[in-house]
Amino acid sequence: MARISAGLATSHVPAIGAAIDLGKTGESYWQPVLAGYDFSKRWIAEHKPDVVILVYNDHASAFSLELIPTFAIGCAESFAPADEGWGPRPVPAVEGHPDLAWHIAQSTILDEFDMTIVNRMDVDHGLTVPLSLLFGQPAAWPCRVVPLAVNVVQYPPPTGNRCYHLGQAIRKAIKSFDQDLKVMVWGTGGMSHQLQGPRAGLINREFDTRFLDRLTTDPERLARLPHIDYVREAGSEGIELVMWLIMRGALDADAREIYRFYHVPASNTAVGHIILENPR
Amino acid sequence: MNNYSEAFKDIPGTVVFDGVQSRRGYHLNMFCMSLMKADNRAAFKAGERAFLERYPMTDEQRQAVLDRDYNRMLALGGNIYFLAKIGATDGFSFQNLASKMTGMSEDAYRAMMIAGGRSPEGNRSLAERGQRSR
Repeated sequence: MARISAGLATSHVPAIGAAIDLGKTGESYWQPVLAGYDFSKRWIAEHKPDVVILVYNDHASAFSLELIPTFAIGCAESFAPADEGWGPRPVPAVEGHPDLAWHIAQSTILDEFDMTIVNRMDVDHGLTVPLSLLFGQPAAWPCRVVPLAVNVVQYPPPTGNRCYHLGQAIRKAIKSFDQDLKVMVWGTGGMSHQLQGPRAGLINREFDTRFLDRLTTDPERLARLPHIDYVREAGSEGIELVMWLIMRGALDADAREIYRFYHVPASNTAVGHIILENPR
Repeated sequence: MNNYSEAFKDIPGTVVFDGVQSRRGYHLNMFCMSLMKADNRAAFKAGERAFLERYPMTDEQRQAVLDRDYNRMLALGGNIYFLAKIGATDGFSFQNLASKMTGMSEDAYRAMMIAGGRSPEGNRSLAERGQRSR
């Protein structure tokens, strides 16, 4: 049977992708950001997943305003990097896992989560920057990836509580999948940042630290945080943090924090990263 | 609108992209979406006014695009991830756009971010500042 070995969360700042793609990782601005992932790269090389369920949001790349799914699961064989206006990132295509993706779709829909099934979708920096941060620049990504796109652009996004419960439904789905697979669930986006208007540049280290603490120790309370608290405290784009709760819901209640990294800034954003392992 | 959307209006310097904004800005944002294609970027650069006429926007929205007035575009229903495609077409980074919206120079904005970013203190609530919601 499939099992969930671990989960992680990380920011997915596009400028980090650009720095990696353009060979700027040695610059003093980027070094401390990338150094925060050195441990994680070694860790994932030792604990290589077969499949990653990668929770992210599309940034007006695959989904415009014509169609705005709240939760969309990628069931295709592969997903191409999106052209976000500067040409596609020079990264490998993302190989999917249609068997597992369809199983999760069926299981979660029967569990009363109304997922949108996607058979063709380009994936933007929200999905590819976390892969670059953890795996570097390989010729092909070392594992399969099931994209799970969450709407956090058009209000209202899903509540944190809904995300947490979807994570629990995904956990149940993976545990009932009849193939021997090691699966990880990644939550991406955040942490505090605001990209728009006169309040752009907002960063809230205290909020972020509390969020990181509670994610492991008190996720049910964290899941009840209303949208306005995210926007007020963590900036208008800090709302992306609801996606981290899908990852948390997919892990065991007594999952253990084994690594944490926090750095300000990457471009406009507070970079946060955490790794949680399930007990054996 | 309802209390859910109203409550966000107490947050200073922030436009939440709710249903009202989405309907107001639909064609503005769909114009931005068209800039994901290289051909459209070239056509827009070759004649901005004529290109904007292809989309049934308001004159106010067209003028805000021509002026590259991002705060105005936000007020008129633009969403930042869509508007960023105009910035990309112009060759500007997200950080450059952010600095423009704050009225700071790019260098000053970058320095603020390196120093830890804009503090939430005093930036949480208009009511807390003794100001009215928009």
